[in-house]
Formats: sequence, C-alpha cells, structure tokens
Amino acid sequence: MTQQNHGNAHKFGMVIDLDKCTGCGSCMVACMSENNVPFKEDESNKKDSITWMRVYKLTNGKSFPDTDVCYLPRPCMHCGGKGDHGHSPCVSVCPATATDYDYGTGIVSQIYTRCFGCRYCMGACPYHARFFNWWDPKWPEGMEEYLSPDVSPRMRGVVEKCSFCFHRYQAAKDKAYLEERDTVAEEEYQTACTQACPSGAITFGDLNNPDHAVHQLVNPDPHHCGRPRNPKAFRLLERLETNPKVYYISEREWVRKAGDNYLDGEWEKAKMKKTKGHE
Amino acid sequence: MKVDRRSFLGLGLGAAAGVAVTPATWKLMDDSSIWTQNWPWTPVPPDGEVTFEDTVCTLCSGNCGISVRKINGRPVKIEGTTGHPVNDGGVCLHGISALQYLYDPSRVKSPMIKTDDTWKEVSWEKALAHAAEALGNIRKADNANAIACITDNDKGTVSGLFKRLTTVLGSNNYYTMDTMEKAWATTIDAVNGVKAHVGFDLKNSDLILSFGSGFIEGWGAPVYNFQVNARRKTHGIKLIQVEPRLSNTAAAADKWVPAKPGTEADLALAICGVLITKGLYNKKAIQADDPSFKAFAKMAQEKYSPARTARTTGIDVASIQNLAMAFADAEKPVAIAGRGKGDSAGSTREFAAVYALNCLAGNINAPGGFWLMDKDPAEVWPSIEMDAMATQGFARAKFVETDTVDSLMAKVTASAKSPVEALLVYNANPCYSLKNAKAVTEAVKKIPFVISFSSYMDETTQLADVVLPSHMFLERREDVSLTGPVPLDITALTRPMVSPLFDTRHPGDSVLSLAAAMEGSVAASFPWESYDACLEAVKAPVWKALSEKGSVVKEPVSLVKKIERMDFSLLLNDTAVVAAEGDEATYPLVLMPVDNIRLTGEIAASPFAVKTVSDKVLKGTDSFIEINPETADQLRLSQGDEVTLTTPVGSAIVKVNLFDGIMPGVLAMAHGLGHTMAENPYVGGKGVNVNALVGPVMDAISGLDAAWGIRAKISRV
Repeated sequence: MTQQNHGNAHKFGMVIDLDKCTGCGSCMVACMSENNVPFKEDESNKKDSITWMRVYKLTNGKSFPDTDVCYLPRPCMHCGGKGDHGHSPCVSVCPATATDYDYGTGIVSQIYTRCFGCRYCMGACPYHARFFNWWDPKWPEGMEEYLSPDVSPRMRGVVEKCSFCFHRYQAAKDKAYLEERDTVAEEEYQTACTQACPSGAITFGDLNNPDHAVHQLVNPDPHHCGRPRNPKAFRLLERLETNPKVYYISEREWVRKAGDNYLDGEWEKAKMKKTKGHE
Repeated sequence: MKVDRRSFLGLGLGAAAGVAVTPATWKLMDDSSIWTQNWPWTPVPPDGEVTFEDTVCTLCSGNCGISVRKINGRPVKIEGTTGHPVNDGGVCLHGISALQYLYDPSRVKSPMIKTDDTWKEVSWEKALAHAAEALGNIRKADNANAIACITDNDKGTVSGLFKRLTTVLGSNNYYTMDTMEKAWATTIDAVNGVKAHVGFDLKNSDLILSFGSGFIEGWGAPVYNFQVNARRKTHGIKLIQVEPRLSNTAAAADKWVPAKPGTEADLALAICGVLITKGLYNKKAIQADDPSFKAFAKMAQEKYSPARTARTTGIDVASIQNLAMAFADAEKPVAIAGRGKGDSAGSTREFAAVYALNCLAGNINAPGGFWLMDKDPAEVWPSIEMDAMATQGFARAKFVETDTVDSLMAKVTASAKSPVEALLVYNANPCYSLKNAKAVTEAVKKIPFVISFSSYMDETTQLADVVLPSHMFLERREDVSLTGPVPLDITALTRPMVSPLFDTRHPGDSVLSLAAAMEGSVAASFPWESYDACLEAVKAPVWKALSEKGSVVKEPVSLVKKIERMDFSLLLNDTAVVAAEGDEATYPLVLMPVDNIRLTGEIAASPFAVKTVSDKVLKGTDSFIEINPETADQLRLSQGDEVTLTTPVGSAIVKVNLFDGIMPGVLAMAHGLGHTMAENPYVGGKGVNVNALVGPVMDAISGLDAAWGIRAKISRV
C-alpha cells in the first residue's frame, strides 16, 4: 500500500451522544477485553485503576428533585495539539518518542517497549487518559488463555492508553490489501467500545470524510481545527486548544457547559459566540 | 600520585566529558529498560487463525446472541451478534466478561464431597453414589417428599430434567426463584383468570410510563432496552420514571416523578382515576357497564383521588393530572412495573395497578403495548415411572402452597427439625439472593443434605454436602427460552465454544447419571443415553430449525383477543398494601436496595465488571449508602463517614455517599456486593450484601416476596 500523504490523510475521531449513554460500562469492559487490560484485586483506587476508557458520572449540582445526572465516557482524545499540527500535549513532552502523532490517521500512538516510565505524558495530559503500570500485570491462573495476540500485554514501568484500537485498523488495512482495495470502508474499522455500546451512543469514523457519520454528526470546521459546528456538540476543554478528536453531543446545556471551566458569566458569552457562528 | 586541586578538577571534568560522550551510559540505560520489560512472566499471547462462533449468553434473562472470537480455537473476546433479534450487535459488560467466568480458577473443578467441614475432591462415580445413597435413604424411609429442588426458572430442558427428577423421586417440592415474570403471571391470573407470559412492545410505543423499573439498568432483556432507549431520540418515544431516587433510568427519562417509596401503586391508581373521571380511557377495550369495572372505577376515583394521593405520594395534584393527560394523549402508551432489574417478585397490588393502566389505554396485545402471550415450549417428554415410594411421597402436601423459595426457607426456619431432608440446587443461590440472606443461610444449614450443581463456590454451594459441578454456559449445548418481557417467543441453542476446562459435567448429564445411580423406576424415567440425546428427543418439534439456525424466533401468539374479564377486585383488598418492615420511631429512615447495571445478583460479577464499579459504591471492602445531603446534615454526617446501618433484620458498617438525587429520608444501597467467595479475591469479600439487611414481606395475594425496602437508622461508628 502506498504511503499516505497529507492530501488524503485520515483523521479518525469519535462522537459520543451523551443523551444516549446510559452509563452501563460496556465500553469500558469491551476495551479491557479487547486490549488485554489487566485487573487487580482492588480496583477501587481509581487513580491507579487502568481504564483506557472510563465513564465519569456528572451531576448538575442542583438539589433534590432538580438533580440531573449524565455519564461521560472518556477514551484518549487523540489531540491534534495547537493548530492541529500534531503537537499533542503528551507527544510534545515525551523524551523517548514512545508516544507519537500519526499524520496519516491522527492517532496518538503508545509504544510500550520504548517507554521508560518517566510519566511526563501523564502530567501533560489534561484528560487523565494515561495510566502507569505500577506493577506487573498478573492474571489469575488460567486466565492468560483469553489474552489476545493483537495487543501486547504491558509490563511494569510503562504508560498505556487508548489507541483507538489501532490493531483493528491494521487488520482492516491488511484485509483491504489482500482484496486489492485502496481504502478501508467506514464499517471495517470500528473501535471495540463503539462496536459494543448497546445504546449506539458511540460513533467512530474519519472526521475528514464528509460521508462518514462522525463528520455529519458534528460538522467539524476545517478552518478552526475541527471545532464542531453543530451547536449541540462540544469537545472537552476546548479552550486549551488541544483539539481533541473525541466529540460529545448533548441536548442539555448544563452538560455542554461541564465540558470546560468557565468563570461567572463567561458561559453566556461563549454560548453567544457559538450561536453566532464563526466569522 | 599526588591529588591536587588541578588534577582533581581535570579528572573530574574529564570523567564528566567521557560519560557525556561515551555511548555506554545510554546503552546501559537502554539495556536496563529493555531488560526490565522482558520478564519471562509478561505473557506473549500466541497468534493464530481468527474465527468467530455464535452462541447465546445465559448470564441473565436477556439471552443475547454473542459471537466468540477465537485465535486457533482459543476464545479471546466476546462480541454481540449483529442482526440478533434481542441485541442486534450490542452486548452488556457482563456478557463481554463471560470469558472471565469461563477461565476463573476459583471454579469448582471436580466433584466434591464435604466431610467435617472439609471439602475433598472425588471422582464422579463416588460423588454420584454418595448423593444417590442419601436420596435413596430418604426414599426408603418413606419420606420421599422431603427431597426438595430449587432451580432459577422452569424453562428449558435442563430445568425440565430437574423437575422430572424431583417428581420421580417422589416429591412435589420443586421451586423456582422469584422474578418479576412470576409476579406478572400471578397478577394476570388474578385479574383475567389466564396463564400468560407478558411482553412489552416498548420499541413501538410512544410513551413508556415506568413505575420503578430499571428500564436501562438491567430490567428484563437489558440490551434490548438499551436499544429502545436509544430509539427514543430518533423515534420520539417519551419516558416517564416514577421512583424516589434519580436512578440512571430516571436521569435518562424525559420526566422524573419522585414519588415516596412504596407508593407507586397509589400513583398508578390515581392516574387510573383521573383517566376514568375524564373519560379518557379506551372505550372500545373497556365495558363501562361491567360491574367489576364499575367497582374499580369507584375505588380509583374516590380512594385514590388526586388530592388524597398527593398526600400519600408527595406528588402534587397538578402533576398527577398532567401524568394522566400525558398518558391519555399518547397514541401508544405503555406502563411497566417490576423494580430495578426485575430479579425479585414484588407487590401484586402494584403490578395490578400498572396493568389496570394498560387496560384503560386499551393497549393489550396491540402494537406498542402490553402483550399477553401464549408460549408453546415445544417439548415432548416421555411418560414417567413412579414406584410405590414415589407415588406415596408425591401424594403428600407440598411444604408451601406458593412456588416461592422464601416461604420454603421460612418453613425450615420455623421448624425445629427441617422438613426438607435433601435439597437440590441448580442455577440458584438463595443464600445470597433471597432477602434476609442470613436467615436463609441458617435455614439451609439445617437441611441435612444439600446437593449443588453450581460451577462456582457461591454462598449456597459453600453449605452443600456434595457438589456436582456443571459446565459453564460456554462449554455446553442447551436450549434456552427468552424469559425477559420482550414481545418475542425465542428459543435458542447455546453451543459449546470450548471443550470443558475442568472435570465438570453438563447439568443435564448430571441429572441423568444421578438418576441412573438411583436405579429402578428413577433410572427408567430417564431413557436417554446422554443429555444431547434427551435434548434432541424432547425438543423434536423444533429440533431441525433449532439445530440448524441456532434459534427459533416466533412472533408472539396473543393469548387474549378480547379481555373477557377484568376483575381488579384484588385492589380493593387493603391487606395488599406492602409497607416497609419496622417502626418509624426506632427507624426514622427508609433503606431501599437498588440495582446497579455494573453488578450482578446470584452469580458474583466478573473482575472486569467489579473494576468498573464507582468508588462511591465500593471502596476497598466498604459499601456505601446514598443519602441526601439535607438528611446527612441533620445527622451531622459528611461524605465518606463510616456509619452503622441498622434495620430490624441486621446491621452493617457502611460509608456515606452524599447524593442530591435521592429523596431526603431515604437511603439507597447497591445490590450485588458482599459475596463471600474467598477463593476469588477479585470479586469476593467486597462490601455488604444488602439482602442481609432487608427482610422479605410476603405478598398477601401472591405469597411472593414483595419487599421494596425496610425502615432503618444510622449512627456514627
């Protein structure tokens, strides 16, 4: 297959409809099962609980009975960095080139055997999407049988994170190559969480391809690094200019507001700007 | 050599320059990092050919179609089967985790016999002979009816074999665990005088009025419901949730109606009253001059007037009327009941009140409505042989009239000597999942001989005398019938995905070999060579389709063309009201067990599922109770405080989680924690089993457990 140049580069991304998400946790387990994520006897210390995909519970802060709850699944955002040039917060700080930005897909990689565990990337990531292996993974006797050969099990001392199931992209490309096709169809490359979500809340595809559902859902603005033009869509901490490739959709205003930190009165201005569109 | 300042600095700088220039430093660092990453214990999963095989998940009543991804025949991942009528590609976290149940090293790996509280692994012959001898002795003592059997439900050939074994041994004491399915069946029977399976055509409805059902928290067929919920956005299906706590369902709903706990039936009846008063019911479906309807109408309008009901439920008059209007305005409204996941029964009054709403809407057996279905099990069983001991035993009275394990256990508890002398338990874990689990555990301890067919050392199996371990569902072929309230009649076939990992047997084969060991008429009643032969013979009417396609999907056969009888007189019965146990003066608060989709009931959740549980539900080994900040303030409690939670049934030390979404004065605690499986530290020994804190309340009409909570108090540790 020919080397992809900038002209036909993909930009894989995800759109999560928070109004459809029920917080069931299928995406988390689908991810753990797909990517050989280990588990410990006690996983209730969430700071060291490795969850490439983690579902957060948000509340609107109002008292009974005006309370509302929303679940927010958080994979790696695969940030494009400022200007969407591939300078993701984590990639910029990695001294080992263990994490890198792939311009052909927009995916931020993680190469475990290159990582020497300095954890700069974890400090740099504003989304807490990265996890450190404080211990060697240990599977109960016999459970190693279910490990998949597609993703290498990690070892103590390295950082790991969501890869947008890159091995699935590789498999889809291999299949396309064998069948002498140049392109991978939308449905051929889907992440494990997208596939498992029983609510169909997660959509995955190429944000550069107007035919893909993700593009149609958020209508990314190419002049503003993919900022969503759908007023119901948002990205987490948009103002950091990390340019994530994970978008969220919600009809609920308080949920959209929860996507960033606003000073008093600031949200109203931001909203105005949004509804006016981009000049 | 003399070391002066000059040479010291020279050497030092030289060494620094050398270290900086030489590649040795970097090479050594690199080598050491590579060395630390290549431990022999870091697994390297072997690669191979990828294949997919389809089967059915039987972890809950949803029976989703699952595809098992294999590498060289080794299962590595579970995914949902695209196009399956229940789950169409979706799958829940427990289904995905099924491989952790398969490879679980704490499974019962071979038959075991317990002597003096010590387990010993034995051969199948020995275990079967031991069990057969114990059962034979009971029969010889002319006490065959003292053998009891508990299974999860009575659907399919495996349950059929257990029931058959119980009968030919000479006992009518065959029981199944409570579910909302049972509660619906007794309600429909009481109102219409028919035996029916219920199904809700939620996909085609336009308003779902849910009375405490955890519609998207594992209720019925969970994945089916998730997909209905997702359809709401595109198809404009409205959801209204009546519940005192902002559950995930309530949060997802278009409207949350926080009625006081235990008053759901009152609210449903008040809505009925408003519909009747305003003439907003379906006049084609209801015969207004029918005396039973007149009596019902009078009661609903008077006893459950909006003004009175507002006081009982805490929902104001206008809201009650708005609910009724919303229900009347909808084209295809449907009301549902069955608390949480529907894993327990519930109050007949509540089910009947919700059923009455559906009757008034005229949606019985209508698209988008409430289906009363006749499901043909399509099974042919050969006749049985009963010897004198069996005939005599079977002729005796059943220990308890209703088919409920709670009552059976209560009977054992109340008797000085257990009337049950031998208990067979298959696919059920009453010592964990029944309310007042501690009392049930004590009752099971009183039973002289317990045979468990479990694959896991669960709470009930720990008390057994013999374990005849079963293959888990990925290791066996079995017919399963969808029991979740979906308007479809599906019989599916699970297929073995791997050869059994341990020295276990198919539960059907275990029954056959146990019967063979009993000899005589018992053995003669099981003429099949193996369970596979039995399955093929019994399922003969549908075997061809079942074995070729893996499932038989039938459109529902509606049972009731027109409602002949609608007798809601049971609602006039005041004793049908189910109150929380305990007096208000001693126990000022109300504790409600709540279902959490990430946890399971009878079988403990998998390590993956437990990992996803919030640290505000489980932290270390501590369970949390949810409490409104206002109530916590009055009790001077703050987030994370340790408290003693006491109910009339028991007490436990738990931690406090402040949650605005729960009604003041109400406490909520998640079901599914507190499993005592010491062999499995990933899921055992975590938190408190809420069933140990809540006692059963026998429903006055059905006799099934209808408890929805219990009164409670908390005090600082």
